[in-house]
Amino acid sequence: MAEALLSVRHLEKAYQKNVILTDINFDVHKGEVVALLGRSGSGKSTLIRTLNGLEPFQKGELRFAGEVVQPKAATWLQLRQKIGMVFQSYDLFPNLTVLDNICLAPTKVAKRARAEVEPEAQSLLASVGLAEFADRYPRQLSGGQKQRVAIVRALAMHPEMMLFDEVTASLDPEMVRGVLDMMVDLAKQDMTMIVVTHEMNFARQVADRVLFLDDGTITADTPAEAFFTAPPTASAKEFLASMNF
Amino acid sequence: MAHSGIDILFQGQNFHRFLQGFGVTLRVAVITLLIGGVLGIVLGALRTLHNRPLQVILRLYLEIFRIVPTVVLLFVVYYIVPQLFHLDMSGELVAIVTFALWTGAEMSDIVRGALIAVPQHQVESAQALGLNRLQQLRYVLLPQALPVALPGTINLATRIIKTTSLLLMISVMDIVNVGQTLVEANSHQHPAFAFWVYGIMFIMYYILCAPLSWWAKRIEKQRLERSNG
Amino acid sequence: MDWTVIAQSLPQFTAAFWLTLKLSAIGILGSLVVGALVSLAQYFRLPGLRQLAMVYIEISRNTPLLVQLFFIYYGLPGLGLKLSATVSGVFGLIFLGGSYMAEAFTSGYNAISKGQLESGRALGLTNRQLARYVVVPQGLAASVPALAANVIFLIKETSIFTVIAIPELTNTALDLIGLYYRSNEYLFVLVVAYAIILIPLSVGLTWLERRVRYGTFGN
Repeated sequence: MAEALLSVRHLEKAYQKNVILTDINFDVHKGEVVALLGRSGSGKSTLIRTLNGLEPFQKGELRFAGEVVQPKAATWLQLRQKIGMVFQSYDLFPNLTVLDNICLAPTKVAKRARAEVEPEAQSLLASVGLAEFADRYPRQLSGGQKQRVAIVRALAMHPEMMLFDEVTASLDPEMVRGVLDMMVDLAKQDMTMIVVTHEMNFARQVADRVLFLDDGTITADTPAEAFFTAPPTASAKEFLASMNF
Repeated sequence: MAHSGIDILFQGQNFHRFLQGFGVTLRVAVITLLIGGVLGIVLGALRTLHNRPLQVILRLYLEIFRIVPTVVLLFVVYYIVPQLFHLDMSGELVAIVTFALWTGAEMSDIVRGALIAVPQHQVESAQALGLNRLQQLRYVLLPQALPVALPGTINLATRIIKTTSLLLMISVMDIVNVGQTLVEANSHQHPAFAFWVYGIMFIMYYILCAPLSWWAKRIEKQRLERSNG
Repeated sequence: MDWTVIAQSLPQFTAAFWLTLKLSAIGILGSLVVGALVSLAQYFRLPGLRQLAMVYIEISRNTPLLVQLFFIYYGLPGLGLKLSATVSGVFGLIFLGGSYMAEAFTSGYNAISKGQLESGRALGLTNRQLARYVVVPQGLAASVPALAANVIFLIKETSIFTVIAIPELTNTALDLIGLYYRSNEYLFVLVVAYAIILIPLSVGLTWLERRVRYGTFGN
């Protein structure tokens, strides 16, 4: 098997004396979609946030594309250009138009020419049906539209991997589908993705593998279909039942 | 009352001197606002960093300038700084240094408040896009914080203008000092002259400050309406 | 720094210290009374008085105390109204402080949410009852931080009394400097004197703010 794009070994994280994550081990291969599932408070958001350095960790090792990630500010800045992330609360910058939100990082961080970035941003927007919103401000958009722009904003950096942290959790039900469809399309284009979600149907549809988190440790790492048809642990079974699945 | 003294203000060089004093007042206020404003933005941004010794120092600076009355600060700079650094400073320079340091302290608090009012999520999502600290400040934090800081800054500007009335105390020929000189020269013959001079001074300060106060109030109201809507 | 110079000046500074405190206390109390009346005239939209209150706040807030004092002390005698320096000072301070206190009260009243007023009305409370049980207790609690800031502000403003030669702290220090040319010593005592008044007061007021918020809102 080819080398993993991302591999995590013995990762441990604590806040003061509270241990949040213990002995986390997993690999993500290129083109793979991994769903990170677990009850609220199990540590899934914390875990996904440690992967691009938004949360520091105390022990263990992270490798990206074969290289050990030194947990230093400069390394994280580099890595964040290769790992895109989208949050529950969209977090478009309210002071910038949709187009400027998308062009900001490619021009200022990746130092690409605006003339080159802008047409690409326009076509990305068009591909998700938001072409006419380019010059609007975030407050003029619905939640679902904002979230799709946030995904486009991350994609404009040409990331090698995408992290999604509960991206549909604060959307109205009728908005959820559009955002999920966008992620399904990304998966079909072989984007490597780690997805924290509580949309079980979606996870089953899109994920290749499921990591199940219990109290800060991974208690199951199985192919997605197997996880849903035959939950590997009692805890996973209970979890699926609680999600009406 | 008709010839009780207001006409003296328009005799000879009197009104011209009055306007010159007004010019000094304005000049000191504008320079103070510029220097103090820049100082305050820098210090305010520094106060959002998680650096303990720096926080203590900047907080101390703010508190000292808050506790000690501005008049006293003015005299401290007036007497102590030339002695300490063997500098010969004009009264106007003493005033600008004092007022700018005071403005910087007040402004740093306004800027810090506005910066920490920007949601943490905004910072994180800028980080996730790979923006470095300076870029986060430049493209995400400051553009969102400055509108929040604007009403407070305008109000600070009116306070600076009012504070310039202290110039008189260190013998700078500002509008108040010119007025007082005119009064001293003329009020023996015309007791009501003082009433007119100080009345006009009153009005001139009002004309400078009131529009700024209205402006601050209006944009603060608009901002609140927008954030509630 | 010559400590004997400081020691010799202490009796004068002590007298000035008490005078500063006394004038501040009168000025603050007067400002609170004026501020409460003005803010109520505005809140209940009393015809005539409300406009008067607005004009007063406008003028008071947009002019410096120093000019207000000169106008009262030097300008008014031209109209035949002659006041002593001390009375002029206190009047000036109340004229200034009244508008600041009024704005503090008003912002407190405005902080009460519409929902509070509506649910009070829905329960059948009259306007008087609403004022008594909802508006005043919540509004006062909400205005405490601004009122406290004004107290500190007004005490500091008494330093401007020096321009009409009231022998408070700043005036005393400047007089002594003029007489004996010992600026370091006298400015040191002056700063310490203000610190003795203002540091405990600002700590105490912060404590009070917390108490009031806890007592009223439980957080």
